[in-house]
Amino acid sequence: MTDMIDVLIVGGGGAGLRAAVAVAETDPALKVAVVSKVYPMRSHTVSAEGGAAAVIGLGDTLDEHCYDTISGGDWLCDQDAVEAFVAEAPRELIQLEHWGCPWSRERDGRVAVRPFGGMKKMRTWYAADKTGFHLLHTLFQTTLKYQDIIRYDEWYVTKLVVDDGRVHGVVAVEIRTGRVETIPARTVVLATGGCGRAFPFTTNAAIKTGDGMALAYREGAPLKDMEFVQYHPTGLPFTGILITEAARAEGGWLINKDGYRYLQDYDLGTPTPEPTLRSMELGPRDRLSQAFVHEQRRGRTADTPYGPVVYLDLRHLGEEKIEHRIPFVRELCRSYQNLDPVSDLIPVRPVVHYMMGGVHTDLDGATTVAGLYAAGETACVSINGANRLGSNSLPEILVFGRRAGIAAAEFARSHREAEPAAVHSQGEDERRRLARAREGGGNGGRIADLREEMQHTLEGAAGIYRSGDVLAKAADTLAGLRERAEEARVEDGSTTFNTELINLLELHAMLEVAQTIVACALNRRESRGAHQRTDHTDRDDAAYLAHSLVHRAPDGTPSVGLLPVTITRWAPGERVYGRD
Amino acid sequence: MTDSAETPVIRMEVARYRPGEDAEPVFQAYDVPLMDDWAVLDGLTHIKDRLDGSLSFRWSCRMGVCGSCGMTVNGEARLTCGTFLTEYAPGPVRIEPLKGFPVIRDLVVDIDDFLAKLSSVRPWLVREGEEPPLTAEYAQTPEQLEAYKQYSMCINCLLCYSACPVYVLDPDFLGPAAIALAQRYNLDSRDMDDRFDVLNLEDAVWGCTFVGECTKVCPKHVDPAEAIQRYKVSAALRSVLPWSRR
Repeated sequence: MTDMIDVLIVGGGGAGLRAAVAVAETDPALKVAVVSKVYPMRSHTVSAEGGAAAVIGLGDTLDEHCYDTISGGDWLCDQDAVEAFVAEAPRELIQLEHWGCPWSRERDGRVAVRPFGGMKKMRTWYAADKTGFHLLHTLFQTTLKYQDIIRYDEWYVTKLVVDDGRVHGVVAVEIRTGRVETIPARTVVLATGGCGRAFPFTTNAAIKTGDGMALAYREGAPLKDMEFVQYHPTGLPFTGILITEAARAEGGWLINKDGYRYLQDYDLGTPTPEPTLRSMELGPRDRLSQAFVHEQRRGRTADTPYGPVVYLDLRHLGEEKIEHRIPFVRELCRSYQNLDPVSDLIPVRPVVHYMMGGVHTDLDGATTVAGLYAAGETACVSINGANRLGSNSLPEILVFGRRAGIAAAEFARSHREAEPAAVHSQGEDERRRLARAREGGGNGGRIADLREEMQHTLEGAAGIYRSGDVLAKAADTLAGLRERAEEARVEDGSTTFNTELINLLELHAMLEVAQTIVACALNRRESRGAHQRTDHTDRDDAAYLAHSLVHRAPDGTPSVGLLPVTITRWAPGERVYGRD
Repeated sequence: MTDSAETPVIRMEVARYRPGEDAEPVFQAYDVPLMDDWAVLDGLTHIKDRLDGSLSFRWSCRMGVCGSCGMTVNGEARLTCGTFLTEYAPGPVRIEPLKGFPVIRDLVVDIDDFLAKLSSVRPWLVREGEEPPLTAEYAQTPEQLEAYKQYSMCINCLLCYSACPVYVLDPDFLGPAAIALAQRYNLDSRDMDDRFDVLNLEDAVWGCTFVGECTKVCPKHVDPAEAIQRYKVSAALRSVLPWSRR
């Protein structure tokens, strides 16, 4: 057993590292640790491309960023959270600049901004089209300055130790040695990202398996708005690699197989040669992905071995602009699709990208379990509502990572009591459970088979369009899969870098989260943002201007309720794109 | 997609090492479908998912930016997510862990040495005096950004260490990526350090024999060899003119 940690952060991506620095700067006397299943600079923040939104002047106002975010989220955002987010985003991006982030620049040396989907003003800061990469490496390298931050690199947290409604630490396995250790902590901050890997076709890295969501949910903290799954409209077929929205912000067009800019048929405005803010290709992601489905039904998509596609046309931008503004798009197309966007059309189709839902928290990242916090994609504050706008997630991890870190530090300072006996006993129970999982080697199906069945069940039921009967069937399938996963076959009995055991634990986490996605989608009998029901096609503010709140019942099944949305200044209205 | 009966296969010879079980690494052969768009990494995940769950390797983003999946493919240090099986048809293709690092298991190597070296070069923006309020950015022109941008593209994949003939013989050598990242900050107009104490050493820039393998294998065109040579020049200048910086 190790010494008591004051703030233990699970996850070393943008939110986790920002929280760690916040604690280190607030109170250097506190012991802060980052536990991550990968080296922090491998975290999925690294894959974010397009940019980070924050009001920086140029005729922009905080209220306009709020309105874009709230209308983009189809009025499901908590407006107090959005106001705090928008107000603090600029100082966070400047803070990153002061730490060395290589933001792209205007000629006079100021930080440059670009347009982005659903945003009425140019407010998206960017570092070419590797914004997340630069942001993560800047943060990670900055944390190295704080040598007292303890790192548990390549440790996988399997359980939160919770006793009497309060968190007391985690149980984690050191992947390199298989050693299982209980790490006592006064507070825990979950920052493990989303769960895109629960779906078959996703931009998400292999590590995005809903670990933090499942950890919190199992200990009684509810998840929120899990039915809202963002499909990004432009993923490369087969790999699911993201082609950033910045490609459209720089002037790219979406065309169908006939070369027609089809978005004009879906109430998203009229085509103009230059990009128009909040219009056409710069509409919100939910609406663009839905338009794709309609194009497919009309027979206007092209068929490929990996499903129907439309095309992203960047040819008219010219080589210089592509090289200068979106070089990574070109690099990815050349390396993974064997084409050059300077001269070729890029085949794209909607791809699972982001979870609007997550662990239910307040504005400081606090969950309903005392001492337990969450931030970033793992959490749902909520600023993203029913549909997140592109370039809001990077400032979100900074603003709420910092807030959660500061709040956790404050909690740790004011709760100095010794750990309860439960820490030891729960740790021992977990150690035995993990040994059984590794040595027992169930005789059931392969992990990969179970995972694929889960993924296709989710895609079929909780994709861009959903219906009650399919969702109900999926709920049954997932319940069956959970039982079968208990018997999954583990061939690797080794304690050294046993990734098969980790894959099994990740599968359990994803199944847990998948069940909440389906349960929330089933319960919401309306269409809003990224949640579109073919059997309930209208938004229903009378019944569902509310968050879904899902608890884990004692028998392990999800139990869904509703929680009112916080409205401050923006009454629910129509989402208008491409017309004034 | 073609029928599995018609799909050609390629043999992957994968280095296995299980501490406590294998005295030294052994090769295990697996036949995987030779698909046009499969990277070497897709072959490995196919093995893990379908043929042998006990094979261990690291991977994550599969889009060449997280830096996890560097391995030795037919003798060359490569990112396996961006290296295609068809390049090695009809096979076999040999997959080994990155050379120059201790092997933990199978294709997984110990990179903690690099992490320690990275920390040692102060890879953060060094400023003197108080930090200004968070109301405005430091000005930096596009030209000033360009001066260090290339060195900021390092994804820490460590192919350069694996290819470096100096590092293989002398594990104390600071190495290409750590020096390139030190230069990334040295050349940043916002930075006020020159990291002379950690770079101007026999085991740092002066250890480099300028073979240039690091630059050849770098998948992100960082050019660590150039970073090192440029620092040698400024370090030599500083030795002659002690008051000069950079």
